[in-house]
Amino acid sequence: MTGGMPGPSPHDRMHPKGRRNKQGIRIDPEAEVTHEPRQAVLSALVKHKPGVLSEVSALFSRRQFNIESLTVGPTVDDDTARMTILIEEPEPGIDQAKKQLRKLVPVIEVTELDPTAVRRELALIKVGGEKPDDVNAVAEMYDGQAVDASTDSVTVEITGSKQKIDAAVEAFKQFDVQEVVRTGAAALERGPKTLEKHD
Amino acid sequence: MSEHAKVPADEEASEEESDESEQAPVTTGAQSVVRALENAGAEYIFGVQGGAIMPVYDALYDSDLNHVTMAHEQGASHAADAYGIVTGKPGVCFATSGPGATNLVTGIADANMDSDPMIALTGQVPTEFVGNDAFQETDTVGITQPVTKESYFAADSDTVGDNVGEAFALADAGRQGPTLVDLPKDITQGETDVEPSEPTTPDTYEVQEEADDAAVQEAAEALAAADRPVILSGGGVIKADASSALREFAMEYEIPVITTMPGIGSFPEDHELSLEWAGMHGTGYANMAISNTDCLLAIGTRFDDRLTGGVDSFAPDAEVIHVDIDPAEISKNIYADYPLIGDARKVLRQLFDAMPRVPDVDEWREQCQTWKDEYPMTYDTPDDEPLKPQYVVEKFSDMTPDDTIVCTGVGQHQMWASQFWEYTEPRTWVSSHGLGTMGYGVPAAIGAKLAAPDQEVVCFDGDGSFLMTVQGLSVAVREQLDITYVVLNNEAVGMVRQWQDGFYEGRRMASEYPWIPQFDKLAEAFGARGFRLEAQEDVEETIEAAREYDGPSVIDAHIDPGENVFPMVPSGGDNGRFALQEDHLEEL
Repeated sequence: MTGGMPGPSPHDRMHPKGRRNKQGIRIDPEAEVTHEPRQAVLSALVKHKPGVLSEVSALFSRRQFNIESLTVGPTVDDDTARMTILIEEPEPGIDQAKKQLRKLVPVIEVTELDPTAVRRELALIKVGGEKPDDVNAVAEMYDGQAVDASTDSVTVEITGSKQKIDAAVEAFKQFDVQEVVRTGAAALERGPKTLEKHD
Repeated sequence: MSEHAKVPADEEASEEESDESEQAPVTTGAQSVVRALENAGAEYIFGVQGGAIMPVYDALYDSDLNHVTMAHEQGASHAADAYGIVTGKPGVCFATSGPGATNLVTGIADANMDSDPMIALTGQVPTEFVGNDAFQETDTVGITQPVTKESYFAADSDTVGDNVGEAFALADAGRQGPTLVDLPKDITQGETDVEPSEPTTPDTYEVQEEADDAAVQEAAEALAAADRPVILSGGGVIKADASSALREFAMEYEIPVITTMPGIGSFPEDHELSLEWAGMHGTGYANMAISNTDCLLAIGTRFDDRLTGGVDSFAPDAEVIHVDIDPAEISKNIYADYPLIGDARKVLRQLFDAMPRVPDVDEWREQCQTWKDEYPMTYDTPDDEPLKPQYVVEKFSDMTPDDTIVCTGVGQHQMWASQFWEYTEPRTWVSSHGLGTMGYGVPAAIGAKLAAPDQEVVCFDGDGSFLMTVQGLSVAVREQLDITYVVLNNEAVGMVRQWQDGFYEGRRMASEYPWIPQFDKLAEAFGARGFRLEAQEDVEETIEAAREYDGPSVIDAHIDPGENVFPMVPSGGDNGRFALQEDHLEEL
């Protein structure tokens, strides 16, 4: 093996005092801060064309952003669709998710909704049909209703926040839950503010 | 290359009008594709024929576009990539469906990592077979979406030309990068009389060219007030043609300049303010300066981990001013205290005007000079035997003009070529950085030579890297390209072996290649000139002979197999703690 190069060895060198955290942020010696994950609701207007959903979901998967839920549907404009994406990330990750999303060519506009935004999720819960009256009573407690009933099963529809639906699913467990399907959140800003671009 | 008959232009008519009168109206989707490339200003196409792309090739028969048949599709994408680096305009590559398209992917991913402008056009099975696992079918859009700016699936013969025009414009706009259009055979064969419109970027693609003035002012104040400022110039400076703006800025305000590896050539390495490049195998002085700076003006860099080492120890004392045209690069890896979004050339102008004064940093510059003296880029030559790779590179650099283009493969040879060649001009360093693609060199040199026929082109390769795309030599021979390939041959994938020796107790699993061919003889078999180089006293003469030969030549340089690349920052390490020799690695 050859000798290498001249110069002082690693420990004999001038060395700075500072440090950064794992997110590349300079650490203030007085207050060491690491951003903890928080939940963010992103709303994106995208071109309504084949492949957009896969492009968006692939972006989240290859960048390792953890998606809590993703819903997509048409808008009043036939050429655009709207996605509501719930993610849980530390602050720099949320910022990065928004920027990366905005970079995709079919994405028209991206915004993070206010925590007070209207958020709704729909769940259909199929339970055993032995006690239809009791099922109905629980459904009413969650502003839900039975939408299908047979001798063996009752299917209940619940709309609301994620927490409310979590609680409802929990409550229905007493009736032998056979199947649950949930849509994930759809969300809109309160008040007159919209995401639509006006020229 | 096929010959194309050219109709003499009517001397009365203006050139533009005569061009238009020459063009027969398009009748098929394929002709529309070719017309769109012509409209966009394409010059060369690097590609390989095949079933699904055949209609497009048939349309090329009547075009003035130059097609270069490559020996493998991977070579087509690397050649197009290199063409894009050297000219600044998107390089074009073609492949057929299925294996043709998948072979292109490595080069596309490479271009994506390095933000090189490129457009790839791939054949696809006819629309009615798409999704049926037809012969030579792959989901090319699905495969390439993660490694392109955008991948298009052409669905209509009337609009296929516009798809190509848009993809071409998008590859060149803002932060450059690769795009792809997948072309089903029925779409290119289909009849159309719609002429493609002028290439434009999609309406959702917005680029901010100039940074916010107030933000520029704040950044300028911070830079002027710094005690230990450094400019970090990335590949984006070259991409934005901002090298001269950078030179003016640095020289006016007397701030030391470090480049990233893709930024090599953006600032002249022979200038006193230059500290050359930083990172894993960057110079000791660049890494010391970057570790100790208190204000880092980073331009057109994405803070790759080969540059930063561990982020916790990267420029830990520095406030960071980050100039980038892509907002998503801001605070992605390193938090930016002063983000300036915009085109590097324009933002440098803005900063130039906003600087309140020349920062007072004589002491800092002296410190940088001390580091230059302390950690010189030299190598051990006890008795000049066996041949040192650094010597070959250094000698070659001394013998050639400043605008000589250096291409490389990936490995130890790439590091020696970047460390011991003196770069002074932008677009003279053509290498695979982000993806680190072994085999990049042979086809890249072909693309580079066609992009700049009047400039000398040399390609440093390693024996392992060279062997991966050696079939490209046949193309260089057919096109009679005057390229000098230098294989720094140590009968190993040397960088792997270096890591095994440093970090795996010398367990050299699958890294030694004592079975490789004699490259000088292999070159002759391809129809190129071959030279074997073993002794230091023959270096100059061999290089001269290879340079003089008018066509591709290969120097098989048998170098000291014990030679390793230093300095070295271990992966994820602290840039200020580089190893200068093997036993430093144990200390780190």
